[in-house]
Amino acid sequence: MPRTPLRLVRARPEPSFTVTFDDRELAVLPGQTIAAALWSAGVVSWRTTRGSGEPRGVFCGIGVCFDCLLTVNGRPNQRACLVRAEPGDVIRTQEGTGHHE
Amino acid sequence: MSERPRLAVIGAGPAGLVAALAAAARGVSVTLVDAAPEAGGQFYRQPAAGLGARRPSALHHQWRTWERLRDGLAAHVRAGRITHLTEHHVWCVEREAASFAVHALLGPEQEESVAVRADAVLLATGGYEKVLPFPGWTLPGVVTAGGAQAMLKSGLVLPGRTAVVAGTGPLLMPVAVGLAAAGAKVAALVESADPRAFARHARVLAAHPDKLAEGARYAAELARYGVRVHVRHTVVAAHGSDRLEAVTVAALDTDGRVREGSEWRVPCDSLAVGHGMLPHTDLAETLGCRLDGVNVAVDDEQRTDVPGVWAAGEATGIGGAALSLAEGRIAGLSIAARLDSRVPERSSYAVAAKARGGLREFFAVVDKVCTPPDRWVERVGDDTLVCRCEEVPAAAIREAVDELGAGDVRTVKLLTRAGMGWCQGRMCAPAVAGLAGCPPTASRRPFARPVPLGVLAREPDGPASRPDLL
Repeated sequence: MPRTPLRLVRARPEPSFTVTFDDRELAVLPGQTIAAALWSAGVVSWRTTRGSGEPRGVFCGIGVCFDCLLTVNGRPNQRACLVRAEPGDVIRTQEGTGHHE
Repeated sequence: MSERPRLAVIGAGPAGLVAALAAAARGVSVTLVDAAPEAGGQFYRQPAAGLGARRPSALHHQWRTWERLRDGLAAHVRAGRITHLTEHHVWCVEREAASFAVHALLGPEQEESVAVRADAVLLATGGYEKVLPFPGWTLPGVVTAGGAQAMLKSGLVLPGRTAVVAGTGPLLMPVAVGLAAAGAKVAALVESADPRAFARHARVLAAHPDKLAEGARYAAELARYGVRVHVRHTVVAAHGSDRLEAVTVAALDTDGRVREGSEWRVPCDSLAVGHGMLPHTDLAETLGCRLDGVNVAVDDEQRTDVPGVWAAGEATGIGGAALSLAEGRIAGLSIAARLDSRVPERSSYAVAAKARGGLREFFAVVDKVCTPPDRWVERVGDDTLVCRCEEVPAAAIREAVDELGAGDVRTVKLLTRAGMGWCQGRMCAPAVAGLAGCPPTASRRPFARPVPLGVLAREPDGPASRPDLL
């Protein structure tokens, strides 16, 4: 059986719930941050920079660098590595400052 | 007087936890203020409860120590001796007439602020990772080594299927082992330092057989997972268009130059990279605590030079969890005695002080050996972004220094905006200093994190009305 993080710690997660990310449904395990949920779905970038529009995602993973910003339920500039996903969250890629949508 | 003295501990990592337990056990009323949803800090970061991890110890070392801290905290919380405030992001500690006000934003929204009042404060704010720039380092899939570990420990997720772990320092081995154990293929561990350099410090190493054994254990685990280790090598570039696809690894000469023709490409979808750690000192600086280099300066009892303010753990110098535990214990004992108008007996913390001395000596050697490779600055291409927030390329910083005469990080910042963005220069400051050829200095930030203007406007006696703090 291939190794996975969940098998490594013998996890028995509570039932998953769904959130939407740019109109696509993602399954999330309870307690995961939005960044963790996106990584689980194979998504590694969810912001474009204000200047040259480069893609960004998690960098520091602990809330220091502000690279992983995105829009959650209409609020821009949320750090995906800190904010825990909640059932029904509407999560969007953030373009630039996130205030132009 | 029946009322117990009040201590605010900022940070619930190893240093803060052990200090809180020591002080609470001696009659101090402790408020433990921490940004995370659960205690543990970065070192003992735990999987979220909903993930149902039945063997979380598989992601950790020194698990028994954690169990003691966790159970001790729970007992003190039940007994009302410790109040544990989770998801409280401290942005400022303010000196009042005879006490302190600890201002914290409530997470994750961070729109409301509360104040905790205390007679003494312990700064156990920890550290964060230093990453020096190289071409491609802003590509999605390039993460800090500590960040990859943090995401794994708390979210049980991996940055990709095939990882390279690179940089320098003692964090790289546990990160590579963790990623491999969790199922990532770790294609290479690339360490720029030369472990043979440790031989010059044989006396210090001989005094730390436990550290040598720890290194040997990690080496054995790396071998078990088939991870190739390349010392005196560096990642010179990361490649990809919208996300990481490969890195170029090269051998280094003794003078830090890339050996011609030694480069090869390693396909990977994630790179976990780090060049050491830096302490969080913002709160200490706003309080006016003296720094020693980039660290908060403390005396034998872990006191800063500001009366009523102690500091312990990474904030006073990077040295890992064991050193943090020793410093936290000393701080907790000192605080309990001093708040009771007593001088702590040195015998009460002699064991911890001995451990502290030895570990500081050991990490001074690590710091010497695991420095970023000489000439890393030369490999930062002109178009490589240095400030990730404000998208400032190396060329702009070079221009500020060479043509506009900037001689320090602050002037470079004013001329280029490097360090003016969301992270307030935490990510780029070491790189800017390196490119400008000046020593890294602590950058004075009035607040330890972004604060909504509305919060400042609502603080009648708060820092906004105290121009001297700004």
